[in-house]
Amino acid sequence: MIPGPFSYHRPKSISEATGLLADLGEQSRVLAGGQSLIPMMKLRLAAPEHLIDIGAIAELKGVQRKGSTLVIGATTTQHELQQSKVATDAAPILLEASLLIADPQVRYVGTLGGNVANGDPGNDMPAVMMCLDATYRLTGSGGSRSVKARDFYQGTYVTALKPGEIVTAIEMPVPPAGHGWAYEKLKRKIGDYATAAAGAVLTVSRGKVATCTIALSNLSDTAVLATDAAKAVIGTALEKPAVEAAMKAARAVMSPASDTRGTSDYRIHVGGIMVERALKKAFSRAKG
Amino acid sequence: MAKAHVKMTVNGKEVESLVEPRTLLIHYLREHLNLTGPHIGCDTTHCGACTIDMDGKSVKSCTVFTVQAEGASITTIEGMANPDGSLHALQEGFRIMHGLQCGFCTPGMIMRAHRLLQEIPNPSEDQIRFGIAGNLCRCTGYQNIVKAIQYAAAKLRGETFAEAAE
Repeated sequence: MIPGPFSYHRPKSISEATGLLADLGEQSRVLAGGQSLIPMMKLRLAAPEHLIDIGAIAELKGVQRKGSTLVIGATTTQHELQQSKVATDAAPILLEASLLIADPQVRYVGTLGGNVANGDPGNDMPAVMMCLDATYRLTGSGGSRSVKARDFYQGTYVTALKPGEIVTAIEMPVPPAGHGWAYEKLKRKIGDYATAAAGAVLTVSRGKVATCTIALSNLSDTAVLATDAAKAVIGTALEKPAVEAAMKAARAVMSPASDTRGTSDYRIHVGGIMVERALKKAFSRAKG
Repeated sequence: MAKAHVKMTVNGKEVESLVEPRTLLIHYLREHLNLTGPHIGCDTTHCGACTIDMDGKSVKSCTVFTVQAEGASITTIEGMANPDGSLHALQEGFRIMHGLQCGFCTPGMIMRAHRLLQEIPNPSEDQIRFGIAGNLCRCTGYQNIVKAIQYAAAKLRGETFAEAAE
């Protein structure tokens, strides 16, 4: 399959990239790792006239810890993220979720920024970013702004990203030492998008859940923060009724389509089980 | 559309071409450079038959534009044999352990295994299976592919792999 023709641009800096994006307008698309966009272009579901390849912009790469904040450049690949001890020590859920994305070859090239900016509900990192309360740095030719992951997703392939803007960095508060985490993903085979997936990040104090966030992948038209499900377990030691209440509350915010991965009812059923597993695993990993 | 000038190193040789920006790397390798070792299997980023090594990464060359490989150093299956023409340990492993039947997936399997063994010289069976999860084989059931990679890993470490093929 051969994509439609386009003009190729390879800027060397963020300002050059945003300048190109402003000049070339809506017929242009940003190319990061290309592991979602290139397949779409091959199927001619995307046919941009201009591709702005941000892969050669050095300032978009790398992981840094600044005090209690983790800052990850947008074109950091999944593989680089997995190799970054700074990132995976601070927030091990990044490693757990990243290893469940696609396959090794895709992870060498696919980027964190692409995964969060794409807007496909099947992407895994948006839910993880919601759990961690991450913030996306969006840069256009007029300057930069920050949008929380929890406010970024508006619908399938619809996000808060405005024309002319690029996700340049992902920032997140480092979770407290001793926190528990888990990302549970049910998929038909390695490399598949989730039939249902759930992430959980929590802290435990005196044997009980003190804080908790839960988010879901591919169970609605965007990643979803399951706020009521998290509330249901706070103050508990994950006794059966608390877990069941969390599963019920999480299922209430799921609205997956029936597709080749299963009927809507089935995906909601297993979605609840992913929440249960993520909570139990996160709780078992927490110290406190 | 204006053609783009690209320059890269492929199997140790510098190559330079004018290509349409939409030219996928697999098409460039096969049709411009006549390197037909990397195969087009699914053409949808699933099967891994087109896997090559690019700047120390295993990459599905059906899902990379040639222009993205500007300045890159690429190895394909054609670059794997030793300079004296003898087989690379992985090629030898696939032959001795019967790691192939039809052979279509083999160039991609070997290129992926090559990078895997650079990163993990002594992988467990689980690490091998997880590491080649992006490469599909429809003949072998993978048993002998895993053994072929174990054979090569042992040989590259200067050891001998004692097991026989299934």
